[in-house]
Amino acid sequence: MDSVPKVPIDKWVEGFVAFLGEYRGELFDPIDSVISGMLTFFSTVLTGVPFFIIILLFGALTWVFGKRNTMITTVIGLSLIYNLGYWENTMETLGLVIVSALVSIVVGIPAGILCARHDAFRNLMTPVLDLMQTMPAFVYLIPAIFFFGLGEVPGVIASVIFAMPPIVRLTNLGIRQVPQELAEAADAFGSTGWQKLWKVQLPLAKTTILAGINQCIMLALSMVVIAAMIGAKGLGADVYRAISQVDIGRGFEAGLSIVIIAIVLDRITQHAGQKERETI
Amino acid sequence: MYRSIFYGEINGQLIHMQSNGCRWIRGSGSRHKPSNVDEKQWILNRKTEYRESTMWDARYYVGLRISISNHALVCCGISQFFVLRKNVKRGKRMPKIQVRQLSKVFGRQPQLALKLLAEGWTKEQIFRQTGLSVGVNQVSFDVEEGEIFVIMGLSGSGKSTLVRLCNRLIEPTSGTIFIDGEEIIGMNATQLREVRRKKLGMVFQNFALFPQRTVRENVEFGLEIQHVPVDARQEKAREAIALVGLEEWENAYPVQLSGGMRQRVGLARALANNPDVLLMDEAFSALDPLIRKDMQDELLELQMTMKKTILFITHDLHEALRLGDRIALMRDGQLIQVGRPEEIMTDPADEFVKKFVEDADLSRVLVAKNVMKRAEAITPDKGARVALQLMMDNGVSSLYIVDKKRSLLGLVSAYDVSLAISTGETLSTIMKTDIPTVSPDTLLHDLIPMMADVHVPIAVVGEQQRLLGVLVKGAVLGGLVGKVNISDERIERLRVEVKSDGLRA
Ligand SMILES: Nc1ncnc2c1ncn2[C@@H]1O[C@H](COP(=O)(O)OP(=O)(O)OP(=O)(O)O)[C@@H](O)[C@H]1O
Ligand SMILES: [Mg+2]
Repeated sequence: MDSVPKVPIDKWVEGFVAFLGEYRGELFDPIDSVISGMLTFFSTVLTGVPFFIIILLFGALTWVFGKRNTMITTVIGLSLIYNLGYWENTMETLGLVIVSALVSIVVGIPAGILCARHDAFRNLMTPVLDLMQTMPAFVYLIPAIFFFGLGEVPGVIASVIFAMPPIVRLTNLGIRQVPQELAEAADAFGSTGWQKLWKVQLPLAKTTILAGINQCIMLALSMVVIAAMIGAKGLGADVYRAISQVDIGRGFEAGLSIVIIAIVLDRITQHAGQKERETI
Repeated sequence: MYRSIFYGEINGQLIHMQSNGCRWIRGSGSRHKPSNVDEKQWILNRKTEYRESTMWDARYYVGLRISISNHALVCCGISQFFVLRKNVKRGKRMPKIQVRQLSKVFGRQPQLALKLLAEGWTKEQIFRQTGLSVGVNQVSFDVEEGEIFVIMGLSGSGKSTLVRLCNRLIEPTSGTIFIDGEEIIGMNATQLREVRRKKLGMVFQNFALFPQRTVRENVEFGLEIQHVPVDARQEKAREAIALVGLEEWENAYPVQLSGGMRQRVGLARALANNPDVLLMDEAFSALDPLIRKDMQDELLELQMTMKKTILFITHDLHEALRLGDRIALMRDGQLIQVGRPEEIMTDPADEFVKKFVEDADLSRVLVAKNVMKRAEAITPDKGARVALQLMMDNGVSSLYIVDKKRSLLGLVSAYDVSLAISTGETLSTIMKTDIPTVSPDTLLHDLIPMMADVHVPIAVVGEQQRLLGVLVKGAVLGGLVGKVNISDERIERLRVEVKSDGLRA
């Protein structure tokens, strides 16, 4: 066995990270400032606005996008969070999730469109997406901390890496599922590539893409505890503290708050897609 | 830009005549001369044929390293030159669509399949050996302006591929297509898009309506992508919707419509751009028989006023016969026969076509003029005696009375004429005027019940009651069992006969 040398993957990765490290300033500072800017914005807004307004806002959102009766669940659930005293941290978490989801959407949808248009790009992306979804989060948290330092930003990066794949996959799927004849019709009438995308493919893939966004939000939410371990604020931090202090009661309360937020976000985004389908 | 005005065909190759330029077409591909190259040099280098023509002066060159002087004609070109000039003088119209040597092979090495095809392999052999699938194989045909050209064939014969090649939804492996003399193959993306927007409309088998758009928004689509202002495009969309009779449904979504209505929307969408050419791929195949017949009628009715050039794909013989001005039969990617419906029916090119048309109902293809006989007629100023003599000479028992222009006035029977001879009455007083007549385009199918009802021969009359011929039972029945041999010459001859007849009478 000794005659066969080990494939030095560890060295390669270390070398690559070290290489990136040299250009840390140029590469990562812009990302860092954009993400932390977004985080500050959302947490300021969400914690700054009085809680009842936020609750009413979410109630309205579920009313518009979701099913009517889930609005009551939303209002009661969010009021419970306030009552338990987790409001501030919930809003921090919400900000984190929103930023992660936004970044995932902004990167993931174009990537998905590229996948749908170019088989080669899809073939390249598929293993990358597999890697992103299955590689344990801690593995890429280490370099993320190395590049961004402790705090919220690596938390967002980790959430994005974990939560973006479904958007890419489902955008790709949604566009590829548009019946061949419809794409042909768009071409036959003389659409440009963009017109075909905007007027035919994306509208028809909308439901599928929304399902991807829904999944993305859920996955981002599931990362908040891990993000808390590297210094992100929010409900994750509560859970993490409860774990280290073996505080079953507070742990459960914080966990319950996460569940409520998850349900609210799920209902809003899930039914947005379904409603669309009914009118078609 | 080149603008072809007339065309001529030389040795099976096409030559275009343009008012302001020339174009080279050779074999299956055509090339434009690069602008930076000297023309003569280019021809000589390519060892190719060069033909140039203008509207009134057609010149024809063959550039096989033979020196070309400006107005000289090269040896073998001379005879063709005259053919060409004849066509120019006659003002022969250029076909709307010209398809030349078009082939499409699906798979990784299409050229290999072309080679094998040239060596005589069949489509099936090629597929088994190489996995390449031959969609269309060396197809050439012309579609005239205003014509409904039907392409018919069994499933997998390459019909859809062929029609999609016409607007380049599929890129051909070899060969070329001209629409209005402009070569579609070889256009860049922008030019192609322009042609698709302005000239080509397409109707799909499964409608291909955009489900997220209302009927009107669907119909607007073609205009929308051309950035036509909202008001103008809504106006045009409404007109198109009105054409197909769906005014009430403007704001409905496709799911709310029945199949027939959906295809009307599909048709309206294709018409909204006002294209010259409609490509219809099995447009009515997904509809049930009754609705399908309605749609066919509607298409024919619209066609009367619109005069589009329509390439219609179907695998249904009856549909082809009903709609087609001409029909092309496809098998394994090749065209087997192209002809008018009655030609296909009565003169099938081979066993395949024969089998294909076997179960067709001739009575729905043949029309009165295909089976009519010469009508004996006389002008009313002649006497009864002359009439009787004419009847006896021709062995008929009744005679039509026509005026000098051969417009039908009435009918006299031998019995009445013989009475008139004794009483001295004139032909115009004894003739019957309420006699059955039909137009020359009446289908046999509609004639048969009429023939059963009446006991006198039925007159076939054209415009202004001009007598063209007469229908007798024997000939009509003969037609039903395929005993007609219709060709252009025959019909032409009939017309001539009718004319000279008129003079004689
Ligand atoms: N995208 C493709 N890839 C490979 N082969 C194809 C493709 N499209 C068509 N073919 C092949 O080309 C041939 C002609 O197909 P086409 O769809 O033109 O037939 P068709 O006459 O329209 O049949 P149908 O009546 O069933 O619509 C078939 O043998 C088919 O297998
Ligand atoms: Mg087809």
